[in-house]
Amino acid sequence: MDEEDPVAATQQDLSSAPTPVVNGRTKRRSRWPLEFYRSGIGKKWVMAVSGVMLLGYVLFHMLGNLKVYFGAEDLNHYGEWLRELLVPFFPRTVTLWLLRIGLTAAFFLHIHAAYSLTRMNRRATPERYAGGRDYVAANFASRSMRWTGIIVGLYVLFHLADLTWGTANPGYVRGDTYNNLVNSFERWPVAIIYIVANLALGIHIFHGTWSLFQSLGLNNPRFNEWRTTFARGFAALVTVGNLTFPVSVLAGVIEEEPRVREQVQCETGVAPPDLDCAAFEDVEG
Amino acid sequence: MSKTLNLTLKVWRQARAASPGALEIYDVRDISEDMSFLEMLDILNDRLSGEGKEPIAFEHDCREGICGSCGMMINGQAHGPQRGTATCQLHMRKFADGDTIVVEPWRAAAFPVVKDLVVNRSSLDRIVEAGGYITVSAGAAPEANLTPVPKDASDAAFDAAACIGCGACVAACPNSAGQLFTAAKLMHLNLLPQGQPERWQRAENMVDTMEEYFGSCTNHGECEEACPKSISIDYIALMNKDYIKAKRKNRKLSGQR
Repeated sequence: MDEEDPVAATQQDLSSAPTPVVNGRTKRRSRWPLEFYRSGIGKKWVMAVSGVMLLGYVLFHMLGNLKVYFGAEDLNHYGEWLRELLVPFFPRTVTLWLLRIGLTAAFFLHIHAAYSLTRMNRRATPERYAGGRDYVAANFASRSMRWTGIIVGLYVLFHLADLTWGTANPGYVRGDTYNNLVNSFERWPVAIIYIVANLALGIHIFHGTWSLFQSLGLNNPRFNEWRTTFARGFAALVTVGNLTFPVSVLAGVIEEEPRVREQVQCETGVAPPDLDCAAFEDVEG
Repeated sequence: MSKTLNLTLKVWRQARAASPGALEIYDVRDISEDMSFLEMLDILNDRLSGEGKEPIAFEHDCREGICGSCGMMINGQAHGPQRGTATCQLHMRKFADGDTIVVEPWRAAAFPVVKDLVVNRSSLDRIVEAGGYITVSAGAAPEANLTPVPKDASDAAFDAAACIGCGACVAACPNSAGQLFTAAKLMHLNLLPQGQPERWQRAENMVDTMEEYFGSCTNHGECEEACPKSISIDYIALMNKDYIKAKRKNRKLSGQR
């Protein structure tokens, strides 16, 4: 054995040094969308495209919910309008369900791509620097994407249980978006969870909005300098807009509207027995 | 008169690929601030040799920032704290008397340590083999200006061609992604008229080969800062664009065969 001779050992290492196998062969022939998705760049493209869909959603979600400031009837009417999108071409709620299916698909593709890219990156970085790294360009947003992503993902599930399914909201009445929202944010823990999750969302979409230009190959000296500005503005707009909701509820700017709640209960046939629905019928007539 | 520095070095020592490594501490004294970082290591190695110890192994060749041989992680930054230079162009005046400097090899699964600060970067060669060439008619050299090249394309290609293949982009990347290297090698040919015949095959082959060895890009931008040639991450976007197009175009081309 030559293990005592370091020079011979190093020469042997060098002459027989194979290129290490890290991720294995990526190129397996198959249908092109699949083959494209198997590549890292393909997954980043999918992340960017699904990210654009989700960004569009959070923007319109925020803008739509601003109607809470016009009062209970306006917000509830807006909620009803979402169910009646493209009626009579589609029956009621069909458009809404198509949008929901698209968003769910984007949500899961975004997560699957992130998960498998993370695994790829873990394989590529087995060993840390003993002395640590000194980051020069990476910022908090870019380095915390996985964490902010997980926070937002879990929050979305809670948010659905709270305000869509109503299972996490004791006073939930289907169709009464306004009072459901107020009821929910009047609980301190929920407001705090909401605020933390929306700060995480803001940080996540700041890096995501900038990053998607690179992933899609949208790079041109004409607009490159605007990409970070746009990402900052977009993230700030969505975050500030969303954060006003719990703050306004807690500050008493938005208050419960019991009359509207009773009316919704009567109209949807879930009124408690002691509620007099005749009063509302008169108004309708 | 140049000042001199006394420094504490923590250098990664690893006898060979399979053996474990660790940071070892060396005191170096009376280092002139006009020395390069590699000359400082030379002085230390002279001393170690004199003491009958194994000198620190590191790669180096031209020592003027164009060969791409040298490269080490200095205080957590690839090629040290100075932007746009290789380790050999880093001067000791960038450090202060009494500093502790941590010196480590590039770390990535694709770059296994061979010895001390030397890593095996042959994965970068595999990427170049996959498409870093153009097809020309063999024979007498053609007239230099026979193929007109737009000035902008020529400038952009030249900026990418400045890549010296040192591997700093991979070392600096938190994901050990080889994106900046591959983008530079790919786009300097894809931007030029001479590179057009193989453009789409080159994009697909080089990227697919890259992904056998490296992580994926999460757009931190660390690579651009570490690059001794300051190659912009704009090239990564151009590579993404070409790869996405190539996936479609190559199928179309293969359908015509």
